[in-house]
Amino acid sequence: MSTNITPKRDAQTRPERDGSPQGASIVFEDVGKSFHTPAGGTVTAVEDVNLTVEPGAMTGVIGRSGAGKSTLLRMVNGLERPTTGRIMVAGHDVGAADAGALRMIRRDVGMIFQHFNLLASRTVAGNIALPLEIAGEDRAKIPARVAELIERVGLSAQANRYPAELSGGQKQRVGIARALATSPKVLLSDEATSALDPETTQTVLALLRDINRDLGLTVLLITHEMAVVRDIASHMAVIDGGRIVEAGPTYDVFTQPRHPTTRSFLSGVTGVTLPAFIAGRLRDTPTRGTKEEEVIRVTFAGTHATDPMLALLSRDLGIEVNILAGAVEEIGARPFGNLLVSLDADRAQAAREYLERHGLLTEVLGYVS
Amino acid sequence: MSANLIHLLVEATLQTLYMVAISGLLGALFGLPLGVYLAISQRGELLSSPVINKVLGLVVNATRSVPFIILVVAIIPLTRMIAGTSIGTTAAIVPLTIAAVPFIARLVENAIREVDGGLIEAARSMGATPFQIIRKVLIPEALPSITLGLTLALVSLIGYSAMVGAVGGEGLGDLGIRYGYQRFMPDVMLVVVVILIVLVQLVQSLGEWIAARVDKRAPKSRGN
Ligand SMILES: Nc1ncnc2c1ncn2[C@@H]1O[C@H](COP(=O)(O)OP(=O)(O)O)[C@@H](O)[C@H]1O
Ligand SMILES: [Mg+2]
Repeated sequence: MSTNITPKRDAQTRPERDGSPQGASIVFEDVGKSFHTPAGGTVTAVEDVNLTVEPGAMTGVIGRSGAGKSTLLRMVNGLERPTTGRIMVAGHDVGAADAGALRMIRRDVGMIFQHFNLLASRTVAGNIALPLEIAGEDRAKIPARVAELIERVGLSAQANRYPAELSGGQKQRVGIARALATSPKVLLSDEATSALDPETTQTVLALLRDINRDLGLTVLLITHEMAVVRDIASHMAVIDGGRIVEAGPTYDVFTQPRHPTTRSFLSGVTGVTLPAFIAGRLRDTPTRGTKEEEVIRVTFAGTHATDPMLALLSRDLGIEVNILAGAVEEIGARPFGNLLVSLDADRAQAAREYLERHGLLTEVLGYVS
Repeated sequence: MSANLIHLLVEATLQTLYMVAISGLLGALFGLPLGVYLAISQRGELLSSPVINKVLGLVVNATRSVPFIILVVAIIPLTRMIAGTSIGTTAAIVPLTIAAVPFIARLVENAIREVDGGLIEAARSMGATPFQIIRKVLIPEALPSITLGLTLALVSLIGYSAMVGAVGGEGLGDLGIRYGYQRFMPDVMLVVVVILIVLVQLVQSLGEWIAARVDKRAPKSRGN
Protein backbone atom coordinates (compact mmCIF):
# COMPACT_ATOMS: atom_id res chain seq x y z
CA MET A 1 0.00 0.00 0.00
CA SER A 2 2.76 2.42 0.81
CA THR A 3 4.49 2.37 -2.54
CA ASN A 4 2.14 4.84 -4.14
CA ILE A 5 3.19 7.68 -1.89
CA THR A 6 6.65 8.13 -3.34
CA PRO A 7 5.88 9.68 -6.65
CA LYS A 8 7.70 9.58 -9.89
CA ARG A 9 7.53 13.21 -10.84
CA ASP A 10 6.92 13.09 -14.56
CA ALA A 11 5.90 16.62 -15.43
CA GLN A 12 2.31 17.46 -16.24
CA THR A 13 0.98 14.03 -17.11
CA ARG A 14 -1.31 12.02 -14.91
CA PRO A 15 0.59 8.82 -14.29
CA GLU A 16 -1.04 5.55 -15.23
CA ARG A 17 -0.69 3.87 -11.91
CA ASP A 18 -0.38 0.20 -12.70
CA GLY A 19 -3.81 -0.27 -14.13
CA SER A 20 -6.68 1.14 -12.13
CA PRO A 21 -6.66 4.69 -10.88
CA GLN A 22 -6.80 5.01 -7.12
CA GLY A 23 -9.50 7.64 -7.08
CA ALA A 24 -12.98 6.58 -6.08
CA SER A 25 -16.14 8.05 -7.48
CA ILE A 26 -18.52 10.06 -5.33
CA VAL A 27 -22.12 10.23 -6.40
CA PHE A 28 -24.79 12.35 -4.73
CA GLU A 29 -28.31 11.18 -5.55
CA ASP A 30 -31.15 13.51 -4.58
CA VAL A 31 -29.31 14.35 -1.42
CA GLY A 32 -30.92 16.55 1.17
CA LYS A 33 -29.98 17.32 4.75
CA SER A 34 -31.91 19.25 7.34
CA PHE A 35 -31.09 19.92 10.96
CA HIS A 36 -33.31 20.35 13.97
CA THR A 37 -32.62 23.58 15.71
CA PRO A 38 -32.67 23.85 19.50
CA ALA A 39 -35.66 26.18 19.12
CA GLY A 40 -37.67 23.30 17.63
CA GLY A 41 -37.55 24.32 13.97
CA THR A 42 -35.66 22.78 11.11
CA VAL A 43 -32.92 24.22 8.93
CA THR A 44 -32.42 22.84 5.46
CA ALA A 45 -28.70 22.90 4.82
CA VAL A 46 -28.57 20.86 1.59
CA GLU A 47 -31.36 20.19 -0.87
CA ASP A 48 -31.87 18.17 -4.08
CA VAL A 49 -28.21 17.64 -4.75
CA ASN A 50 -27.39 15.44 -7.72
CA LEU A 51 -23.72 15.50 -8.43
CA THR A 52 -21.17 13.07 -9.76
CA VAL A 53 -17.60 13.74 -8.72
CA GLU A 54 -15.12 12.53 -11.33
CA PRO A 55 -12.85 9.76 -9.99
CA GLY A 56 -9.27 10.94 -9.81
CA ALA A 57 -10.15 14.54 -10.54
CA MET A 58 -10.01 17.63 -8.39
CA THR A 59 -13.45 19.05 -7.91
CA GLY A 60 -14.09 22.33 -6.17
CA VAL A 61 -17.42 23.25 -4.64
CA ILE A 62 -17.79 26.96 -4.12
CA GLY A 63 -20.42 28.76 -2.15
CA ARG A 64 -20.93 31.56 0.29
CA SER A 65 -20.83 31.13 4.03
CA GLY A 66 -23.84 29.08 5.14
CA ALA A 67 -24.52 27.77 1.63
CA GLY A 68 -24.21 24.19 2.87
CA LYS A 69 -20.69 23.37 1.71
CA SER A 70 -19.44 21.80 4.92
CA THR A 71 -22.62 19.82 5.34
CA LEU A 72 -22.31 18.50 1.79
CA LEU A 73 -18.69 17.48 2.37
CA ARG A 74 -19.31 15.94 5.77
CA MET A 75 -21.91 13.62 4.30
CA VAL A 76 -19.24 12.05 2.10
CA ASN A 77 -17.48 10.48 5.08
CA GLY A 78 -20.60 10.06 7.15
CA LEU A 79 -19.89 12.78 9.70
CA GLU A 80 -23.44 13.79 8.80
CA ARG A 81 -26.09 11.45 7.46
CA PRO A 82 -28.33 12.66 4.65
CA THR A 83 -31.97 13.19 5.51
CA THR A 84 -32.99 12.21 2.00
CA GLY A 85 -31.27 10.57 -0.97
CA ARG A 86 -27.98 8.74 -0.83
CA ILE A 87 -24.27 9.23 -1.30
CA MET A 88 -22.24 6.53 -2.96
CA VAL A 89 -18.49 6.51 -2.34
CA ALA A 90 -16.62 3.89 -4.33
CA GLY A 91 -19.93 2.07 -4.63
CA HIS A 92 -20.72 2.12 -0.89
CA ASP A 93 -23.84 3.82 0.37
CA VAL A 94 -22.31 5.95 3.11
CA GLY A 95 -25.58 7.07 4.67
CA ALA A 96 -26.75 3.49 5.10
CA ALA A 97 -23.49 2.10 6.50
CA ASP A 98 -23.51 0.89 10.11
CA ALA A 99 -20.84 2.08 12.53
CA GLY A 100 -18.38 -0.66 11.63
CA ALA A 101 -18.80 -0.28 7.89
CA LEU A 102 -18.55 3.47 8.23
CA ARG A 103 -15.20 3.18 10.00
CA MET A 104 -13.91 1.09 7.12
CA ILE A 105 -15.17 3.61 4.55
CA ARG A 106 -13.53 6.43 6.48
CA ARG A 107 -10.12 4.81 6.15
CA ASP A 108 -10.55 5.29 2.42
CA VAL A 109 -11.54 8.91 2.78
CA GLY A 110 -8.98 11.37 4.16
CA MET A 111 -10.06 14.79 5.36
CA ILE A 112 -8.30 18.09 5.94
CA PHE A 113 -9.72 21.02 7.85
CA GLN A 114 -9.62 24.79 7.88
CA HIS A 115 -8.20 24.87 11.39
CA PHE A 116 -5.99 21.82 10.85
CA ASN A 117 -7.34 19.93 13.90
CA LEU A 118 -3.94 18.61 14.91
CA LEU A 119 -3.36 17.08 18.33
CA ALA A 120 -1.36 19.57 20.37
CA SER A 121 -0.08 16.69 22.49
CA ARG A 122 1.56 14.88 19.59
CA THR A 123 4.53 15.75 17.44
CA VAL A 124 4.31 16.04 13.68
CA ALA A 125 5.23 12.37 13.40
CA GLY A 126 2.80 11.44 16.15
CA ASN A 127 -0.05 13.24 14.46
CA ILE A 128 0.61 11.50 11.16
CA ALA A 129 0.82 8.15 12.94
CA LEU A 130 -2.61 8.61 14.52
CA PRO A 131 -4.78 7.33 11.65
CA LEU A 132 -2.43 4.37 11.26
CA GLU A 133 -2.77 3.51 14.95
CA ILE A 134 -6.53 3.89 14.66
CA ALA A 135 -6.59 1.59 11.65
CA GLY A 136 -4.71 -1.01 13.70
CA GLU A 137 -1.63 -0.86 11.49
CA ASP A 138 1.30 -3.03 12.57
CA ARG A 139 3.22 -0.90 15.10
CA ALA A 140 6.55 -1.86 13.59
CA LYS A 141 5.57 -0.56 10.18
CA ILE A 142 4.25 2.82 11.28
CA PRO A 143 7.54 4.77 11.62
CA ALA A 144 8.65 4.03 8.07
CA ARG A 145 5.29 4.96 6.64
CA VAL A 146 5.23 8.17 8.70
CA ALA A 147 8.71 9.11 7.52
CA GLU A 148 7.63 8.59 3.95
CA LEU A 149 4.62 10.87 4.41
CA ILE A 150 6.63 13.54 6.22
CA GLU A 151 9.03 13.64 3.35
CA ARG A 152 6.16 13.78 0.88
CA VAL A 153 4.93 17.01 2.41
CA GLY A 154 8.42 18.41 2.95
CA LEU A 155 8.52 18.46 6.74
CA SER A 156 11.46 16.17 7.46
CA ALA A 157 13.16 18.84 9.57
CA GLN A 158 10.05 19.28 11.70
CA ALA A 159 9.23 15.62 12.36
CA ASN A 160 9.68 15.89 16.12
CA ARG A 161 8.17 19.31 16.59
CA TYR A 162 4.82 20.00 18.15
CA PRO A 163 2.06 21.78 16.21
CA ALA A 164 2.44 24.87 18.40
CA GLU A 165 5.93 25.27 16.96
CA LEU A 166 4.76 25.25 13.33
CA SER A 167 3.46 27.89 10.94
CA GLY A 168 -0.05 27.64 9.51
CA GLY A 169 1.23 26.29 6.22
CA GLN A 170 3.32 23.66 7.97
CA LYS A 171 0.35 22.64 10.10
CA GLN A 172 -1.76 22.13 7.01
CA ARG A 173 1.02 20.02 5.51
CA VAL A 174 0.83 17.83 8.59
CA GLY A 175 -2.93 17.71 8.11
CA ILE A 176 -2.44 16.60 4.52
CA ALA A 177 0.13 13.96 5.41
CA ARG A 178 -2.17 12.67 8.12
CA ALA A 179 -5.09 12.52 5.71
CA LEU A 180 -2.99 10.50 3.28
CA ALA A 181 -1.63 8.09 5.86
CA THR A 182 -4.06 5.26 5.22
CA SER A 183 -3.71 5.60 1.42
CA PRO A 184 -7.25 6.85 0.91
CA LYS A 185 -9.09 6.88 -2.39
CA VAL A 186 -10.71 10.23 -1.66
CA LEU A 187 -9.41 13.40 -0.07
CA LEU A 188 -11.92 15.87 1.35
CA SER A 189 -10.86 19.43 2.03
CA ASP A 190 -13.00 21.79 4.08
CA GLU A 191 -11.67 25.29 3.41
CA ALA A 192 -8.14 24.00 3.88
CA THR A 193 -6.50 27.25 2.86
CA SER A 194 -8.96 29.73 4.33
CA ALA A 195 -6.86 30.31 7.43
CA LEU A 196 -3.66 30.82 5.44
CA ASP A 197 -2.10 33.89 3.88
CA PRO A 198 -2.15 34.10 0.06
CA GLU A 199 1.43 32.96 -0.39
CA THR A 200 1.08 29.95 1.87
CA THR A 201 -2.23 29.20 0.20
CA GLN A 202 -0.41 28.85 -3.10
CA THR A 203 2.12 26.39 -1.71
CA VAL A 204 -0.56 24.29 -0.05
CA LEU A 205 -2.65 24.28 -3.23
CA ALA A 206 0.41 23.25 -5.20
CA LEU A 207 0.94 20.36 -2.80
CA LEU A 208 -2.67 19.26 -3.20
CA ARG A 209 -2.33 19.44 -6.97
CA ASP A 210 0.86 17.34 -6.88
CA ILE A 211 -0.76 14.78 -4.64
CA ASN A 212 -3.79 14.53 -6.86
CA ARG A 213 -1.60 14.11 -9.90
CA ASP A 214 0.84 11.66 -8.34
CA LEU A 215 -1.58 9.51 -6.39
CA GLY A 216 -4.59 9.86 -8.62
CA LEU A 217 -6.95 10.07 -5.70
CA THR A 218 -10.24 11.94 -5.99
CA VAL A 219 -10.10 15.35 -4.34
CA LEU A 220 -13.28 17.10 -3.32
CA LEU A 221 -12.62 20.51 -1.89
CA ILE A 222 -14.95 23.21 -0.71
CA THR A 223 -14.07 26.85 -0.59
CA HIS A 224 -15.56 30.30 -0.71
CA GLU A 225 -12.69 31.55 -2.86
CA MET A 226 -13.03 31.32 -6.61
CA ALA A 227 -9.26 31.70 -6.96
CA VAL A 228 -8.79 28.34 -5.26
CA VAL A 229 -11.14 26.66 -7.71
CA ARG A 230 -9.50 28.40 -10.65
CA ASP A 231 -6.02 27.41 -9.53
CA ILE A 232 -6.46 23.71 -8.90
CA ALA A 233 -9.91 22.32 -9.66
CA SER A 234 -10.52 20.65 -13.00
CA HIS A 235 -14.22 20.41 -12.20
CA MET A 236 -16.42 22.63 -10.12
CA ALA A 237 -19.87 23.09 -8.72
CA VAL A 238 -21.52 26.18 -7.31
CA ILE A 239 -23.72 25.77 -4.27
CA ASP A 240 -26.23 28.38 -3.22
CA GLY A 241 -28.86 28.00 -0.54
CA GLY A 242 -28.07 24.29 -0.24
CA ARG A 243 -28.59 23.62 -3.95
CA ILE A 244 -26.06 23.00 -6.67
CA VAL A 245 -26.87 25.75 -9.14
CA GLU A 246 -24.13 25.09 -11.65
CA ALA A 247 -21.59 22.33 -12.23
CA GLY A 248 -19.15 21.23 -14.87
CA PRO A 249 -15.54 21.45 -15.98
CA THR A 250 -13.98 24.53 -14.38
CA TYR A 251 -13.01 26.02 -17.71
CA ASP A 252 -16.54 25.79 -19.03
CA VAL A 253 -18.08 27.28 -15.92
CA PHE A 254 -15.55 30.10 -15.91
CA THR A 255 -16.01 30.89 -19.57
CA GLN A 256 -19.77 30.36 -19.76
CA PRO A 257 -21.24 31.06 -16.34
CA ARG A 258 -25.02 30.76 -16.30
CA HIS A 259 -26.12 31.37 -12.75
CA PRO A 260 -25.96 34.83 -11.16
CA THR A 261 -24.19 33.39 -8.11
CA THR A 262 -21.47 31.99 -10.34
CA ARG A 263 -21.12 35.34 -12.07
CA SER A 264 -20.77 37.20 -8.84
CA PHE A 265 -18.07 34.79 -7.68
CA LEU A 266 -16.35 35.25 -11.01
CA SER A 267 -16.36 39.01 -10.89
CA GLY A 268 -14.58 38.66 -7.58
CA VAL A 269 -11.83 36.46 -8.94
CA THR A 270 -11.20 37.86 -12.40
CA GLY A 271 -10.46 41.24 -10.94
CA VAL A 272 -12.14 42.63 -14.03
CA THR A 273 -14.69 45.09 -12.76
CA LEU A 274 -16.04 48.28 -14.19
CA PRO A 275 -14.33 51.48 -13.14
CA ALA A 276 -16.48 53.20 -10.53
CA PHE A 277 -17.27 56.25 -12.68
CA ILE A 278 -18.86 54.00 -15.29
CA ALA A 279 -20.49 51.52 -12.93
CA GLY A 280 -22.28 54.42 -11.25
CA ARG A 281 -23.83 55.62 -14.51
CA LEU A 282 -24.73 52.20 -15.88
CA ARG A 283 -28.38 51.66 -16.87
CA ASP A 284 -30.00 48.33 -17.61
CA THR A 285 -31.93 49.46 -20.69
CA PRO A 286 -31.01 51.75 -23.54
CA THR A 287 -32.70 55.14 -23.76
CA ARG A 288 -34.23 55.64 -27.18
CA GLY A 289 -33.05 58.45 -29.35
CA THR A 290 -29.98 59.36 -27.36
CA LYS A 291 -26.38 58.85 -28.28
CA GLU A 292 -25.04 56.23 -25.92
CA GLU A 293 -22.57 53.44 -25.47
CA GLU A 294 -23.26 49.81 -24.74
CA VAL A 295 -21.02 48.22 -22.12
CA ILE A 296 -20.25 44.59 -22.76
CA ARG A 297 -18.11 41.88 -21.25
CA VAL A 298 -16.12 39.94 -23.83
CA THR A 299 -14.59 36.67 -22.80
CA PHE A 300 -11.92 35.04 -24.84
CA ALA A 301 -11.82 31.30 -24.47
CA GLY A 302 -9.01 29.05 -25.62
CA THR A 303 -6.68 30.22 -28.37
CA HIS A 304 -8.75 33.30 -29.17
CA ALA A 305 -7.34 34.90 -26.10
CA THR A 306 -4.19 35.68 -27.97
CA ASP A 307 -5.87 36.92 -31.11
CA PRO A 308 -6.16 40.64 -31.55
CA MET A 309 -9.92 40.38 -32.03
CA LEU A 310 -10.75 43.96 -31.16
CA ALA A 311 -8.28 45.23 -33.72
CA LEU A 312 -9.88 42.97 -36.31
CA LEU A 313 -13.30 44.25 -35.30
CA SER A 314 -12.40 47.84 -36.02
CA ARG A 315 -10.66 46.84 -39.25
CA ASP A 316 -13.52 44.70 -40.62
CA LEU A 317 -16.53 46.66 -39.33
CA GLY A 318 -15.00 50.01 -38.60
CA ILE A 319 -16.34 49.94 -35.03
CA GLU A 320 -14.16 51.62 -32.44
CA VAL A 321 -14.03 49.94 -29.07
CA ASN A 322 -13.08 51.51 -25.74
CA ILE A 323 -11.39 49.10 -23.37
CA LEU A 324 -12.53 49.75 -19.82
CA ALA A 325 -10.82 46.89 -18.00
CA GLY A 326 -9.36 43.53 -18.83
CA ALA A 327 -7.10 40.67 -17.95
CA VAL A 328 -5.96 37.36 -19.35
CA GLU A 329 -5.83 34.49 -16.89
CA GLU A 330 -4.98 30.85 -16.93
CA ILE A 331 -7.59 28.30 -15.95
CA GLY A 332 -6.56 24.70 -16.06
CA ALA A 333 -3.49 25.67 -18.09
CA ARG A 334 -5.72 27.29 -20.73
CA PRO A 335 -5.77 31.02 -21.39
CA PHE A 336 -8.95 32.84 -20.59
CA GLY A 337 -9.37 36.54 -21.32
CA ASN A 338 -11.91 38.83 -19.81
CA LEU A 339 -12.46 42.33 -21.23
CA LEU A 340 -14.92 45.04 -20.38
CA VAL A 341 -15.47 47.34 -23.32
CA SER A 342 -17.88 50.02 -24.44
CA LEU A 343 -18.92 50.83 -27.98
CA ASP A 344 -21.52 52.72 -29.94
CA ALA A 345 -24.86 51.27 -28.85
CA ASP A 346 -26.32 51.51 -32.35
CA ARG A 347 -23.66 49.26 -33.79
CA ALA A 348 -23.17 47.05 -30.75
CA GLN A 349 -25.44 44.33 -32.06
CA ALA A 350 -23.33 43.88 -35.16
CA ALA A 351 -20.13 43.94 -33.13
CA ARG A 352 -21.38 41.29 -30.74
CA GLU A 353 -22.44 39.05 -33.59
CA TYR A 354 -19.04 39.50 -35.20
CA LEU A 355 -17.24 38.56 -32.00
CA GLU A 356 -19.49 35.58 -31.33
CA ARG A 357 -18.94 34.39 -34.89
CA HIS A 358 -15.24 34.31 -34.09
CA GLY A 359 -15.74 32.16 -31.02
CA LEU A 360 -15.78 34.84 -28.35
CA LEU A 361 -18.51 35.24 -25.77
CA THR A 362 -20.23 38.49 -25.05
CA GLU A 363 -22.53 39.66 -22.32
CA VAL A 364 -24.34 43.01 -22.22
CA LEU A 365 -23.78 44.72 -18.89
CA GLY A 366 -25.69 47.95 -19.52
CA TYR A 367 -25.68 51.37 -21.15
CA VAL A 368 -24.04 54.68 -20.47
CA SER A 369 -24.57 57.98 -22.23
CA MET B 1 10.03 20.74 71.81
CA SER B 2 10.50 17.28 73.20
CA ALA B 3 11.73 14.28 71.26
CA ASN B 4 8.36 12.72 71.92
CA LEU B 5 6.57 15.60 70.25
CA ILE B 6 8.87 15.48 67.26
CA HIS B 7 8.13 11.79 66.96
CA LEU B 8 4.41 12.57 67.04
CA LEU B 9 4.80 15.20 64.36
CA VAL B 10 6.70 12.87 62.04
CA GLU B 11 4.13 10.15 62.59
CA ALA B 12 1.24 12.53 61.98
CA THR B 13 2.85 13.80 58.77
CA LEU B 14 3.22 10.24 57.50
CA GLN B 15 -0.40 9.47 58.42
CA THR B 16 -1.59 12.52 56.53
CA LEU B 17 0.49 11.55 53.51
CA TYR B 18 -0.87 8.01 53.71
CA MET B 19 -4.49 9.12 53.82
CA VAL B 20 -4.09 11.70 51.07
CA ALA B 21 -2.09 9.39 48.83
CA ILE B 22 -4.46 6.45 49.05
CA SER B 23 -7.65 8.47 48.81
CA GLY B 24 -6.15 10.54 45.99
CA LEU B 25 -5.20 7.38 44.12
CA LEU B 26 -8.59 5.77 44.61
CA GLY B 27 -10.31 9.04 43.85
CA ALA B 28 -8.47 9.30 40.56
CA LEU B 29 -9.10 5.65 39.77
CA PHE B 30 -12.87 6.14 39.98
CA GLY B 31 -13.07 9.87 39.28
CA LEU B 32 -11.21 9.75 35.97
CA PRO B 33 -13.52 7.37 34.14
CA LEU B 34 -16.55 8.98 35.75
CA GLY B 35 -15.39 12.41 34.62
CA VAL B 36 -14.70 11.19 31.10
CA TYR B 37 -18.11 9.58 30.97
CA LEU B 38 -19.82 12.70 32.29
CA ALA B 39 -18.18 14.68 29.49
CA ILE B 40 -18.95 12.37 26.61
CA SER B 41 -22.45 11.26 27.64
CA GLN B 42 -23.86 14.77 27.33
CA ARG B 43 -26.47 15.38 24.67
CA GLY B 44 -24.88 15.40 21.24
CA GLU B 45 -21.49 14.20 22.45
CA LEU B 46 -19.56 11.06 21.62
CA LEU B 47 -21.64 8.62 23.69
CA SER B 48 -24.70 10.79 24.08
CA SER B 49 -27.06 9.43 26.73
CA PRO B 50 -28.64 12.47 28.36
CA VAL B 51 -30.69 10.57 30.94
CA ILE B 52 -27.79 8.64 32.47
CA ASN B 53 -25.75 11.81 32.30
CA LYS B 54 -28.38 13.73 34.24
CA VAL B 55 -28.68 11.06 36.91
CA LEU B 56 -24.92 10.77 37.37
CA GLY B 57 -24.65 14.53 37.46
CA LEU B 58 -27.24 14.70 40.23
CA VAL B 59 -25.42 12.08 42.30
CA VAL B 60 -22.14 13.91 41.84
CA ASN B 61 -23.65 17.23 42.81
CA ALA B 62 -25.40 15.72 45.82
CA THR B 63 -22.14 14.24 47.10
CA ARG B 64 -20.30 17.45 46.52
CA SER B 65 -22.85 19.57 48.33
CA VAL B 66 -22.54 17.65 51.61
CA PRO B 67 -20.00 19.37 53.88
CA PHE B 68 -17.09 17.01 54.40
CA ILE B 69 -17.41 16.78 58.14
CA ILE B 70 -21.08 15.76 57.77
CA LEU B 71 -20.15 13.23 55.07
CA VAL B 72 -17.62 11.63 57.40
CA VAL B 73 -20.23 11.02 60.05
CA ALA B 74 -23.12 10.24 57.71
CA ILE B 75 -21.37 7.36 56.00
CA ILE B 76 -20.04 5.66 59.11
CA PRO B 77 -22.03 2.45 58.39
CA LEU B 78 -20.59 2.33 54.88
CA THR B 79 -17.12 2.99 56.23
CA ARG B 80 -17.49 0.11 58.66
CA MET B 81 -18.64 -2.15 55.84
CA ILE B 82 -15.69 -1.31 53.61
CA ALA B 83 -12.84 -0.82 56.11
CA GLY B 84 -14.07 -3.27 58.74
CA THR B 85 -13.96 -0.45 61.30
CA SER B 86 -15.35 3.03 61.44
CA ILE B 87 -12.52 4.59 63.37
CA GLY B 88 -8.88 5.14 62.65
CA THR B 89 -6.69 6.42 59.91
CA THR B 90 -7.45 3.66 57.44
CA ALA B 91 -11.18 4.05 57.99
CA ALA B 92 -10.82 7.76 57.25
CA ILE B 93 -9.74 6.89 53.74
CA VAL B 94 -13.30 5.88 52.89
CA PRO B 95 -14.93 9.31 53.36
CA LEU B 96 -11.89 11.00 51.85
CA THR B 97 -12.19 8.84 48.74
CA ILE B 98 -15.92 9.38 48.50
CA ALA B 99 -15.35 13.11 48.63
CA ALA B 100 -12.53 12.92 46.11
CA VAL B 101 -14.32 10.92 43.41
CA PRO B 102 -17.03 13.45 42.44
CA PHE B 103 -14.59 16.32 42.88
CA ILE B 104 -12.07 14.75 40.53
CA ALA B 105 -14.83 13.66 38.17
CA ARG B 106 -16.04 17.24 37.71
CA LEU B 107 -12.50 18.50 37.17
CA VAL B 108 -11.82 15.79 34.60
CA GLU B 109 -15.17 16.42 32.93
CA ASN B 110 -14.29 20.08 32.49
CA ALA B 111 -10.83 19.23 31.21
CA ILE B 112 -12.27 16.83 28.63
CA ARG B 113 -14.92 19.29 27.53
CA GLU B 114 -12.23 21.86 26.85
CA VAL B 115 -10.78 19.65 24.13
CA ASP B 116 -11.46 21.19 20.74
CA GLY B 117 -14.41 19.49 19.04
CA GLY B 118 -12.47 19.65 15.78
CA LEU B 119 -10.07 17.03 17.12
CA ILE B 120 -12.91 14.63 17.84
CA GLU B 121 -14.21 15.27 14.36
CA ALA B 122 -10.79 14.61 12.87
CA ALA B 123 -10.52 11.33 14.77
CA ARG B 124 -14.01 10.31 13.67
CA SER B 125 -13.06 11.09 10.08
CA MET B 126 -10.17 8.62 10.49
CA GLY B 127 -12.58 5.90 11.50
CA ALA B 128 -11.79 5.94 15.22
CA THR B 129 -14.03 4.11 17.68
CA PRO B 130 -15.34 6.08 20.67
CA PHE B 131 -12.87 4.23 22.89
CA GLN B 132 -9.98 5.14 20.57
CA ILE B 133 -11.08 8.75 20.63
CA ILE B 134 -11.06 8.72 24.44
CA ARG B 135 -7.69 7.03 24.70
CA LYS B 136 -5.81 8.68 21.85
CA VAL B 137 -7.39 12.11 21.66
CA LEU B 138 -9.43 13.22 24.66
CA ILE B 139 -7.20 12.09 27.52
CA PRO B 140 -3.83 13.04 25.98
CA GLU B 141 -5.17 16.43 24.91
CA ALA B 142 -6.76 17.08 28.30
CA LEU B 143 -3.76 15.81 30.25
CA PRO B 144 -2.35 19.22 31.26
CA SER B 145 -5.74 20.28 32.65
CA ILE B 146 -6.32 16.88 34.23
CA THR B 147 -2.94 17.13 35.95
CA LEU B 148 -3.80 20.52 37.37
CA GLY B 149 -7.20 19.18 38.44
CA LEU B 150 -5.62 16.26 40.29
CA THR B 151 -3.24 18.70 41.96
CA LEU B 152 -6.18 20.76 43.15
CA ALA B 153 -7.87 17.59 44.39
CA LEU B 154 -4.78 16.53 46.37
CA VAL B 155 -4.51 19.96 47.96
CA SER B 156 -8.18 19.76 48.96
CA LEU B 157 -7.63 16.27 50.35
CA ILE B 158 -4.82 17.56 52.55
CA GLY B 159 -7.33 20.02 53.96
CA TYR B 160 -10.08 17.42 54.35
CA SER B 161 -7.70 14.99 56.02
CA ALA B 162 -7.39 17.44 58.90
CA MET B 163 -11.06 16.88 59.75
CA VAL B 164 -11.03 13.11 60.06
CA GLY B 165 -9.97 13.32 63.71
CA ALA B 166 -13.71 13.40 64.32
CA VAL B 167 -13.85 9.68 63.58
CA GLY B 168 -10.54 8.81 65.14
CA GLY B 169 -8.49 9.39 62.06
CA GLU B 170 -5.07 10.69 62.94
CA GLY B 171 -2.64 12.87 61.05
CA LEU B 172 -1.55 16.48 61.20
CA GLY B 173 -4.98 18.01 61.63
CA ASP B 174 -5.84 15.72 64.49
CA LEU B 175 -2.49 16.43 66.16
CA GLY B 176 -3.03 20.15 65.84
CA ILE B 177 -6.48 19.93 67.43
CA ARG B 178 -5.52 17.60 70.27
CA TYR B 179 -2.20 19.18 71.26
CA GLY B 180 -2.21 22.66 69.82
CA TYR B 181 -5.79 23.49 70.71
CA GLN B 182 -7.02 21.24 73.47
CA ARG B 183 -3.73 21.19 75.40
CA PHE B 184 -2.82 24.80 74.66
CA MET B 185 0.47 24.08 72.92
CA PRO B 186 0.68 26.90 70.36
CA ASP B 187 4.15 25.79 69.25
CA VAL B 188 2.71 22.43 68.13
CA MET B 189 -0.09 24.21 66.34
CA LEU B 190 2.43 26.42 64.59
CA VAL B 191 4.56 23.51 63.46
CA VAL B 192 1.50 21.64 62.20
CA VAL B 193 0.41 24.65 60.20
CA VAL B 194 3.89 25.11 58.76
CA ILE B 195 4.10 21.46 57.74
CA LEU B 196 0.68 21.67 56.09
CA ILE B 197 1.72 24.79 54.19
CA VAL B 198 4.90 23.10 53.01
CA LEU B 199 2.98 19.98 51.94
CA VAL B 200 0.48 22.01 49.96
CA GLN B 201 3.27 24.00 48.36
CA LEU B 202 5.12 20.85 47.39
CA VAL B 203 2.05 19.19 45.90
CA GLN B 204 1.09 22.36 44.05
CA SER B 205 4.57 22.94 42.63
CA LEU B 206 5.00 19.32 41.61
CA GLY B 207 1.58 19.31 39.94
CA GLU B 208 2.30 22.49 38.04
CA TRP B 209 5.70 21.20 36.98
CA ILE B 210 4.22 17.99 35.61
CA ALA B 211 1.40 19.88 33.91
CA ALA B 212 3.90 22.16 32.21
CA ARG B 213 5.93 19.16 31.11
CA VAL B 214 2.96 17.49 29.43
CA ASP B 215 1.58 20.71 27.97
CA LYS B 216 2.71 21.10 24.37
CA ARG B 217 0.17 23.74 23.49
CA ALA B 218 2.43 26.75 23.77
CA PRO B 219 5.71 26.90 21.87
CA LYS B 220 8.75 26.52 24.07
CA SER B 221 12.12 27.96 23.36
CA ARG B 222 14.34 25.21 22.11
CA GLY B 223 17.90 24.33 23.00
CA ASN B 224 19.21 24.99 19.51
N1 LIG C 1 -25.29 20.76 13.21
C1 LIG C 1 -26.10 21.73 12.73
N2 LIG C 1 -27.22 22.05 13.38
C2 LIG C 1 -28.04 23.02 12.90
N3 LIG C 1 -27.82 23.71 11.79
C3 LIG C 1 -26.70 23.44 11.09
C4 LIG C 1 -25.78 22.45 11.52
N4 LIG C 1 -24.75 22.40 10.63
C5 LIG C 1 -25.03 23.33 9.70
N5 LIG C 1 -26.19 23.94 9.97
C6 LIG C 1 -26.82 24.99 9.16
O1 LIG C 1 -26.82 24.56 7.82
C7 LIG C 1 -26.49 25.61 6.95
C8 LIG C 1 -25.28 25.25 6.12
O2 LIG C 1 -24.16 25.16 6.97
P1 LIG C 1 -22.73 24.74 6.45
O3 LIG C 1 -22.83 23.47 5.71
O4 LIG C 1 -21.81 24.78 7.60
O5 LIG C 1 -22.41 25.93 5.45
P2 LIG C 1 -21.01 26.40 4.84
O6 LIG C 1 -19.97 25.37 5.15
O7 LIG C 1 -21.27 26.56 3.39
O8 LIG C 1 -20.70 27.72 5.48
C9 LIG C 1 -26.30 26.84 7.81
O9 LIG C 1 -27.50 27.57 7.82
C10 LIG C 1 -26.02 26.28 9.16
O10 LIG C 1 -26.44 27.15 10.16
MG1 LIG D 1 -18.17 25.53 6.27
